[in-house]
Amino acid sequence: MDEKTVREKLAAFITRELIRDPSYELSDAEGIITGGLMDSFALAELAVYVEQQFGVYIPDTELTVAKMDTLDQVVARVMRGAQ
Amino acid sequence: MTILTCATRLTHRTLLDAVALQPDDDERAALVYLQTDQEPIVVARRDFRRTALAYAAALHKMGVAPRDLVVIAHTQDLESIYAFWGTMLAGAIPSMFPTLTEKLDADIYMRSMAELVRLSDVRAILTTDEFAAVLGGHVPCPVYGSAQLTARVNGGDIDQFTPRVPDPDQIAFLQHSSGTTGLQKGVALVHRAVLNQVASYGDAIQLTAQDVIVSWLPLYHDMGLIAGFILPLVQGVPLVLMSPFDWVQHPALLFRAIHNYRGTLCWLPNFAYNHCARRIRQRDTEGLSAASIRMFINCSEPVRHDSHQLFLERFAGHGVRPETLAVSYAMAENTFGVTQTPPGLAPRLDVVDRVELLNNRYACPVSPDHPNAETRVSCGPPIVGTFVCAVDGKRRPLPERRVGEIAIQSDCMLSGYYKRPDLEPFHDGWYLTGDMGYIADGEVYIVGRSKDLIINAGKNIYPQDIESIVNTVPGVHPGRAVAFGVPDEREGTELVAVVAEVATDDSRQRKQIAAAIRQTVARQSMVAVSYVHTVGPHWLIKTSSGKIARAANRDKWLAEVHKEGAAYTAVP
Repeated sequence: MDEKTVREKLAAFITRELIRDPSYELSDAEGIITGGLMDSFALAELAVYVEQQFGVYIPDTELTVAKMDTLDQVVARVMRGAQ
Repeated sequence: MTILTCATRLTHRTLLDAVALQPDDDERAALVYLQTDQEPIVVARRDFRRTALAYAAALHKMGVAPRDLVVIAHTQDLESIYAFWGTMLAGAIPSMFPTLTEKLDADIYMRSMAELVRLSDVRAILTTDEFAAVLGGHVPCPVYGSAQLTARVNGGDIDQFTPRVPDPDQIAFLQHSSGTTGLQKGVALVHRAVLNQVASYGDAIQLTAQDVIVSWLPLYHDMGLIAGFILPLVQGVPLVLMSPFDWVQHPALLFRAIHNYRGTLCWLPNFAYNHCARRIRQRDTEGLSAASIRMFINCSEPVRHDSHQLFLERFAGHGVRPETLAVSYAMAENTFGVTQTPPGLAPRLDVVDRVELLNNRYACPVSPDHPNAETRVSCGPPIVGTFVCAVDGKRRPLPERRVGEIAIQSDCMLSGYYKRPDLEPFHDGWYLTGDMGYIADGEVYIVGRSKDLIINAGKNIYPQDIESIVNTVPGVHPGRAVAFGVPDEREGTELVAVVAEVATDDSRQRKQIAAAIRQTVARQSMVAVSYVHTVGPHWLIKTSSGKIARAANRDKWLAEVHKEGAAYTAVP
């Protein structure tokens, strides 16, 4: 899957399921958790989705606010894992 | 060592009789602290006592006197635990608070801490070394970092320090209600009351020395502080503890802990059953067994039968059995537990007529295939020493199955709200909980609340606190915003929704205001708003006295999103 598709799918998932506002215009570098857009529960939810959707397992040690706070970070991690 | 029970209750005078603080040279583990990707830290009772004494001796040296209030605004770790018990060993009164996180607005946190210090006459704040330097300039009392504090004493000081043993009727610690920090009510609990609770609650769960308690719960909340902290350390039952921040991001940590330490007791708020069932990945639980658990105790928010079912389906293959899913109804004002379902039995299910319950406030039993059938989960009978009744609007007791406000009387009640003589917790000797429920066959069923309180993921949230934050967001008509809870099946808890009247019609500007509402609330209150709805002027329904009617506005919003097929209904 190319980066563009991964980014689109992730952005749609985050706005629809985690921010619960599909019309939210999520930018690539904004802090999803630090910006208060979603709870810390969302990290675990994101990990489940990433595994189901892209077959990428992100270990707990990488599921941190510091490493997974922006769309850019999540996309990069998925692309790295998918190779 | 014997477990403290109602029968042996008089062997303990104060919490300083805790097993974990006894001066024998005991190598057994008082607690184990777990962190993702770190080696477990095992603390033997002897080291626990010694370190807590170091904190006590240092506090004493800094002039902290018996009955002074000491706030522990710490990250949840071993240091915060020593600080808590050290404060009690110095005869002073500890109270746990959350620390500043990256999500919170630092200025607002500092201001509310300063307000707390002034209103409650806080003698000192204990925190991490890094944060002590930051907080120090913002509050009118000394702030000590852990290492800075304990560096002030040497081995000799600790040897010579004698614990300041309080009177059983002195305040042991405060539990603070959620809400705007500085204005939070401090629930004051005396040693006698806390020990009554520990003994009676221990009886209710048939606690033994073979139990192992596993907890990720925050210590600034009654369930975490009492069940996941005070109870095991007083009773000498090993405690396996992790940080709530760690667990919420890595929920499998709990199951690894249960497996590795053969955990037998675990308290969880309802949302945690959904969180674990939905978000622990299969490969993270491969080979793990939770069969050692005798009770998972659902507590601190309304219990949902479907959450238990979801949890059972996900973890039955790991040894979780229906009869281990227990329930407790608890509150800080009663120290902790009010009721408890008995060990080894699944909680009773009461199938009642939903319409009768709503319209006539009567829990009328019906068969499960009745068109209005609704399943309510029992919270169990009251623990020994606690008496519960449902009362009507004139505070008269109601017969069985009639819904009223739950009132309690007990030997483990708060002594009062700290430094708030204007607040009287009791009415004719009864504490009115604000929860609505009924009693059937001696067991308590909670069905709702008389107040507008929102319980999100086990945390009590006052809508007025959220509304007052929303009112400060530019673009929102001050005084024209409402916050309420929306039950969510997926999460197994109430989510927070905000509706705010704004002047602009421009959708771009409205989106910006909505984003600002989410950010501002998160940064000022530790609450994530799940739904933000901006509306035009005069949308909100007000009562005849001009107050915003929360329930009516929630119904209006739900009807609107339902009609539009908007975000709320899109969530499975």
